[in-house]
Parts: sequence; C-alpha cells; structure tokens
Amino acid sequence: MKVKVISRSADEFTRERSKDLQKVFHNFDPSLRPQEKAVEYVRAVNAAKLDKIFARPFVGAMEGHIDAVSSMAKNPNRLKGIFSGSMDGDIRLWDIASRRTVCQFPGHQGAVRGLTVSTDGQVLVSCGTDCTVRLWNVPKATGSESNGSSENSSKPLAVYVWKNAFWGVDHQWDGELFATAGAQLDVWNHNRSNPINSFEWGSDTVNSVRFNPGEPNLLATSGSDRSITLYDLRMSTPTRKIIMRTKTNAISWNPMEPMNFTAANEDCNCYSYDARKLQEAKCVHKDHVSAVMDIDYSPTGREFVTGSYDRTVRIFKYNGGHSREIYHTKRMQRVFCVKFSCDATYVLSGSDDTNLRLWKANASEQLGVVLPRERRKHEYHEAVKNRYKHLPEVKRIDRHRHLPKAVYKASVLRRTMNDAERRKEERRKAHSAPGTSTSEPLRKRRIIAEME
Amino acid sequence: MSEEQKDTPPTDTQPGMSKELDAKVKKYLRGDGINLEVVKDKKLKGQLAVREELYGKSASVAANAEKWLLPSEGGYLEAEGIEKTWKIRQEAITQDVGISSQKNQFDIVLQDLGPYTIDFTPSGRYMAAAGRKGHLALLDMNSLNLIREMQVRETVRDICFLHNEMFFAAAQKKYPYIYNRDGIELHCLKEHGAVLKMQFLRNHFLLSTINKLGQLHYQDVTTGLMVNNYRTGMGRTDVMQVNPYNGVVALGHSGGTVTMWKPTHTSPLIKMLCHHGPVSALAFHPNGHLMATAGTERRIKLWDLRKFDVVQTLHGHASTLEFSQKGLLATSSGSRVEILGNFSNPNKYKRYMSHSMAKGYRIKKVLFRPYEDVLGIGHSMGWSSIIIPGSGEPNFDTWVANPFETAKQRREKEVRSLLDKLPPETIMLNPSKIGTVRPFSKKEKPSKKERESEMEAAIADVKDAPMKKKTKGRSKPSKVANKKQEGIVRAKRPFLDEQMKEEEAIAKKKQKLAEEAELPKSLQRFARKQAT
Repeated sequence: MKVKVISRSADEFTRERSKDLQKVFHNFDPSLRPQEKAVEYVRAVNAAKLDKIFARPFVGAMEGHIDAVSSMAKNPNRLKGIFSGSMDGDIRLWDIASRRTVCQFPGHQGAVRGLTVSTDGQVLVSCGTDCTVRLWNVPKATGSESNGSSENSSKPLAVYVWKNAFWGVDHQWDGELFATAGAQLDVWNHNRSNPINSFEWGSDTVNSVRFNPGEPNLLATSGSDRSITLYDLRMSTPTRKIIMRTKTNAISWNPMEPMNFTAANEDCNCYSYDARKLQEAKCVHKDHVSAVMDIDYSPTGREFVTGSYDRTVRIFKYNGGHSREIYHTKRMQRVFCVKFSCDATYVLSGSDDTNLRLWKANASEQLGVVLPRERRKHEYHEAVKNRYKHLPEVKRIDRHRHLPKAVYKASVLRRTMNDAERRKEERRKAHSAPGTSTSEPLRKRRIIAEME
Repeated sequence: MSEEQKDTPPTDTQPGMSKELDAKVKKYLRGDGINLEVVKDKKLKGQLAVREELYGKSASVAANAEKWLLPSEGGYLEAEGIEKTWKIRQEAITQDVGISSQKNQFDIVLQDLGPYTIDFTPSGRYMAAAGRKGHLALLDMNSLNLIREMQVRETVRDICFLHNEMFFAAAQKKYPYIYNRDGIELHCLKEHGAVLKMQFLRNHFLLSTINKLGQLHYQDVTTGLMVNNYRTGMGRTDVMQVNPYNGVVALGHSGGTVTMWKPTHTSPLIKMLCHHGPVSALAFHPNGHLMATAGTERRIKLWDLRKFDVVQTLHGHASTLEFSQKGLLATSSGSRVEILGNFSNPNKYKRYMSHSMAKGYRIKKVLFRPYEDVLGIGHSMGWSSIIIPGSGEPNFDTWVANPFETAKQRREKEVRSLLDKLPPETIMLNPSKIGTVRPFSKKEKPSKKERESEMEAAIADVKDAPMKKKTKGRSKPSKVANKKQEGIVRAKRPFLDEQMKEEEAIAKKKQKLAEEAELPKSLQRFARKQAT
C-alpha cells in the first residue's frame, strides 16, 4: 500500500530568529472562509463609520485681509502658493504650508476683481474696479518662503489704465495673452498697454472669462445678459452664445476633457455643457440653496468644487447630479471664490469674512507620509464600502452630513416648492389633450436660446 | 529590440492540466458570472464588464497560486493489488509513516472517569477532553503537553472551546460554566439550565446550547447578552450540530425529524422528517450542502441541503457522525469506527477505512483534527487518536487558523475577529443572499385544479363522517339526509366564497378598463365613483 500523511516540521512554519519576520502562509480557498459576504458587509459598515470618525476636513484659515476676499489665483508652476485679492485692493501671496503671507502687492485703489498668473509663473496679472490692469513680478520661491516673518511688498511691473472697470481676468494656459472682462472682452499682450483685440456681442458687461486648457485660442465668458459666449481668438467675431434664464457667475473648463465646461449659475445650480453641443446641458448639478459664486475643477477632471452665497463649499463629481461633500463653518460667511489645489488634495475658499480657508478634498484622508500597509488598508476600506454602499445601513452612514439650520430649512423649502411645481405640471398634462403638452428636461429648460 | 520579461508563471501546454486549472478557477469564481447581454444600460454594462474581468483575473491568480505556491500536499492511502483500504489496520500504517506522524497515534486510558468527549480549537492545536465524571483536561497537541487538568466533581456532559484556546465551556450537571485556560472559573451561565450539548458559532461569537427541557439558548459570549431562547417543543434531544457554512443550528429529534434554527426566528427554519425512528447523529459537510443523519433503524442518510433530497442511503448503525475538512465521513457505533470517503464519485460514499477498538470500549465522540490527518476518538476508557490519511486540509491560511500561532498573533487575531463579529441577523440558510436585491414576489394563488381537489377532499371528509344514531325517532332517514346535505354545503362555502370574490374582482377590472377606455382622463375619477 502507498500511504502519505500530512506532516509539518515546525522549523518550516516558524521563524528562526527573533529578528526575522513571522512567516505567513496563504490559502485562498473559499471553503476555509464561511460567510465571507456577511463578514464583508460588517467590514463595510465599520469602514463607513470609521470614515465619519476621521472626517476632519478643515485644515486651517489664513487671516490677514481686512476686507472680503474677492478673487484667488493659483500658480501653475508652484504647489505651495496662492494669490488672493480683496475688496479693498490688497493682493497677497500666501504660503499654504505655514498659512502666512509671503508677499503683498499693494497698489489697487478699488476691489480686486480678477487675478491670474502667466504660463511660466513669473508674472501676476490683476485687474480691478479702478479700471487698471497691473502686472507684478512673482517673487522667487527660494528663501522667501522659509522666513515667514518678513513680509515683502513689491512694486508693479506695469500698470495699464483703461476706460472701464474690469470684472475678471484669465491667462492662456499655454501662451502669452490674457483676457479681461469688463464692458467688453479685451485680449492683451504683456508688453502692450492697450488691448490687442476686443470682442463684443450685445451691450452688456462681461462678468467672467476663462481660457480653455486644451485649445489655447478658445475661451468662454459669461455676461450679465444671462449669456455664456464662446470666442475663438483666431476669428474676429465671437463664435457661439447661449442665453439662459439666470446669470452665470463663473465658468470652469474641465482640464481632462477640455471640450466640457461647467457654469455656476445664480439659480443655485451648476450646468455642465459640451462646448460642441450647446443646445442642452450635459448635466445639472443641484444641491446649493443660494447663488453659486465660483467654481473650479480638480486637476484630475473628475470633481469640481463650488462656493456659494449660502455660506457652504460643495464638492461635486464631474457627472454627478448631487454633491459628494459639503463644508461649512459658523465663521465662514458668503463664499466668493474657491480653488482646487494643483495636487487635488486641498480646496481653498475665500469668503466674506476676510479669511481664506484650507480644506481637505477628501475629508477622512490621512495626510502626510502614508505607509504602504496603511495605504492598502485605506484602499481596502474604500473598496469594501463601495461594494456595499447601496445597502441601507451603509448608505445611511455614508450619506449623513450635518447641515447648518438655514441651509437645511432652505433645502426643505426648495424641495416642497419643486414638488408642488412638478405635481401641478403633471396635473396640467393629465388634464390636457394627450400629446399637446410636452415636458422638457431640466437640462434644456433653463436655456432660452442659442445663437451663432 | 528586446522583448519584455513577463512575470507570469509558465503556461501549461498539457490539456489535462489546463482542465484542472479551469476547475480551480471555477472554485475561486464563487459562482457564475452575470449575463451581460440582458443589461441595456451602457454605462452599467461597461462597469460590470470591467468588474467581471477583474474577478476573472483574481480567480486565475488564486488558482495559479494554489497550483504552485502551496507548501504542503495532502495525504492519501492507496491499496495495491487485491488489498482493500478498509482492511488496512492502524499498525500497518504506523510502519510506513514518519516518526513525527507516529506520535499522532495514541491511546490514553483513563478507565474510571467516564466516557470522554473531546473538542479541538479551529487551528487543531489544542484539545479539550471532558470525562463524564467531572475530569476536564486541556492539551497542546503539537507537543502533547497537558496544559491544565481539573476535577469539577460533577457530571460533565459536553465541552466546547470558545473562539480560541483561552476559554472553554463545560456543560456541567446543573449549568454550563466557562473556564479560562488556567482552569479559573470565569462564568456560570445560569439561564441555560442543565445543558446536554453545546456548539459555538465562530463568526458570530454565539454559544448555542440545548438543555434537558428541550430549550435552545443563544448567548453572545463577548457581551454576555442572551440573544434568544426557544422552546423547541419537540422534547429532549442531545443531537445538535452547527452548519459551519451558514451558522444554522440543527437538532435531531426522537420522532425522526431534524429541525434547523436561527437566533432571530422563533420557529424552526426547516423541519424535515429524516428517519422512521429517532435521529441518533447528525453531521454537516464543510461546504454546507451535504448533511449526514443517522437513525436508530440502522440507516445513514446523506442529504443535499439545496434540494432537501436524499443523495445516498447507507446501512449501518451510527451513534456519532462527523465530517472531515476534506469531506470524509466518520461513523462510529459501539467500539468500531468506520470512515467513508467519496474519492471516485463525489455523490457516493464508500468504505475507506475502519478501526475497531478493544471490546468493551464504547465510543462517545469522534472528531477530526483540523489541518491534520488525525481522528480523535473519545470513548468510555479515555481518548485515542488514529491516523486517517487524506482527511485534513494540508495548507492552512495564517489569517484564518494558524497551528503555529504565537501569543502575539493570537491576541491580534482575537481583536480582528471581534471587529469582524457578525450580528445574529446574518444567519440565514443561504449566506450569499447578503447584498443581493430581494426579488419582487407575487403571492401565489392555488391553481384551479388544486382548489377543486381541495374542495372535493373537504366534501369527501364530510360525507364519510359517521352520523350519530339518535333514539326516540329523531334519526329519521329524511332528517339524516338533510343534515348530511347541510354539512356538505358548509364544507363547500369557503371555496365558493373565494370563487365569487375572484369573479367580482375580474368583473370590476373589466368594467374599469372599459370605462377608462371610454371617458377622458379628467372624468375618470367620477366614473369610478358612479360604479360603486
């Protein structure tokens, strides 16, 4: 007969010396692990709860301005700095790590409405209600950020005075031109004191302007005639315009899908459009309860952050109808500008209460150096939570956010109003002859007209 | 131009080996994939396709790991020539195996302390033995050391390890007690009463017991909360097993029924009539689909739990039944142990090995030692251990059960398993239902034939019932006939009522549809009011 029996020698399965690692053996057979789905479900519930325990998104506030923060700009070449301009003309460069002012740029007489940095990161362009465009030299990174105590102030490189107040400015992502929004759209070169080109469609002011990240000659503006206009610098006239029911406060292009842009509107929604097909919005992002003031995309192109007049900052998925995260503080008043940091980890908000606030983009993320084991643990928690996130217990824990009472009440009110509107619409349809009344989707309903 | 070096293991060229790999991959896939054709939503289809691909990849990686990376191989026993495996005796095996395996064969003789029951920890390293006259012992099987032994001076009917070797529970005369590894009595569980059998549900940390009065108790040993207790209503029984696949507790009763219980339900989930006489033993296969029951009418039946159907019936007595990790079935009666195996045909169990002990030894419990090819036997003269090649799982997973655990690893494992403790609501007959969508179930109406047959059965009952003969002229034939008619009408009435209700509902529906077709939508609400 042939016989063999399981025999294990202890030295094969235990470590030799105490400084060796313990030996680990794997057998992935599912029969050794009964009820693995139930175990995964319990882990998903625990992961959701842990997420909530570690969700501390507020990192810090940067104080220094003495009036509301009206605009911000990020330097595409440097991660640690942010420029902010306030309503009294004060422009500061902040070091985000130490949350201190590195450099001040005094000079503007009125509110600073727009800030932008040139492609190489050397020149800061600012414009304001005092009808001037000022160009400044950005101080070098070495040395100046380490000694945070000394605050330098620099003199402007150039001051260009023009005929009317400016509302916004943006620089090409890859070029030498920048555009300002005022009574009309002006395109400037750094060296010329007059704009090299001017576009106008209609007689209303242009509120904001944004260059396309992919196509250097394409830009989008929003005007106070509730329109969004697309321009191509190579042509002499603007290309396309859509008029909506309410004014758009800000626009941001998706850096990963440069044909899409999202517009932050006064009617508390954000509308994502495909620039080639402007008849209807791609997606409507609804969650704010008051006008959305500013919007910025994450460099991954998968999320964007919005700041609104209702004192909250929300983060949306690029194709999601509702926000994934909301940030609010008692001390933060109306949010006028938001920026997503260039490494997609932080979100900055500038608000009415003269502070810039730094938040984490993922509220329960562990910052700093993450060991490989920790990283795997976080990834596992994320994956197991996503697998069971449709189950009621996990969903309830994951979705729960505390809202300020005003926002909660306002959202309840909006919901009842919307429900009433919808019910009336349904009854109108039911009581009219079949086929006469057609319902338009919300993506189309808010657009009045499209023009070429 | 150099080609990239790929780090994949060499692919098999032999078709036989790839078939084997396919079977393994199937095991790791844990079921069939979804049919992507019926999914209309493109976005969902794309996401599901990506996910299915990932599952396939991970299953093939696991199959390859199983093929090439596992450290140990399983045991086997093959007879040569005209030899039969069940005729091979333990002494013959001893000569052919190594010295380290020979120490697994032993007999411990303790004749005055009563029949012994035994229990192993899930890693197979520690064993607890309890003699009926009160002898409790805790042993380390790797070094065959006696860790602790004590005499509780009371009848001990059962012994059971809790989640690791630090705690064990002993079912003593009046109540079960929980002891530490050092023999310190930690708890006296008064609510359980005089317990006959105990089982520990590992993932849920529940201690389930059945006592003399036929009451089933579930207690959470981490918080001490008594989750639930039920009166089984079927009398005293000491046949109890937990199904490791889904955590359901099965009891075998003296009427031949086997009932299955879960802690959140007052009545049994399943009640099946298995034997003509009392059920003497019960065992579950680790894959959860096979159940073996033995009755006193000399039958051993193997049931498929998915269809609740008999797969195989064997002849023979069995006072205990136990499945091994690899699916071998050990039965014992008197002083003889028989091992049945299903090597050639997965549906048929045939004799594999047998072992008879000295006359006069009455075997109380057989239990396979996890991750070893060893069968532990508790009998009236102590306990023994014999070698059964091919019964244990050769490769253990360190994170599931580690026979070479250090104290630090044991502590870490305890904390992790407590974090993963399942709530009692997760015990269900089909544990893979968690996370699935409950299908929309329509109430099943009995078909027309069924209803008619029911009606006829009711009428026949009434017709055949004998009429009482009354005296003094009160049982005239006409009166008797009238009474009989009345009885028949009464029996028919509920069926006729149901029929009438259904017909009314159909008529109403028809009317509704007709009206809806005639009137414009805004007037329909008025039409419905007019009808009633």
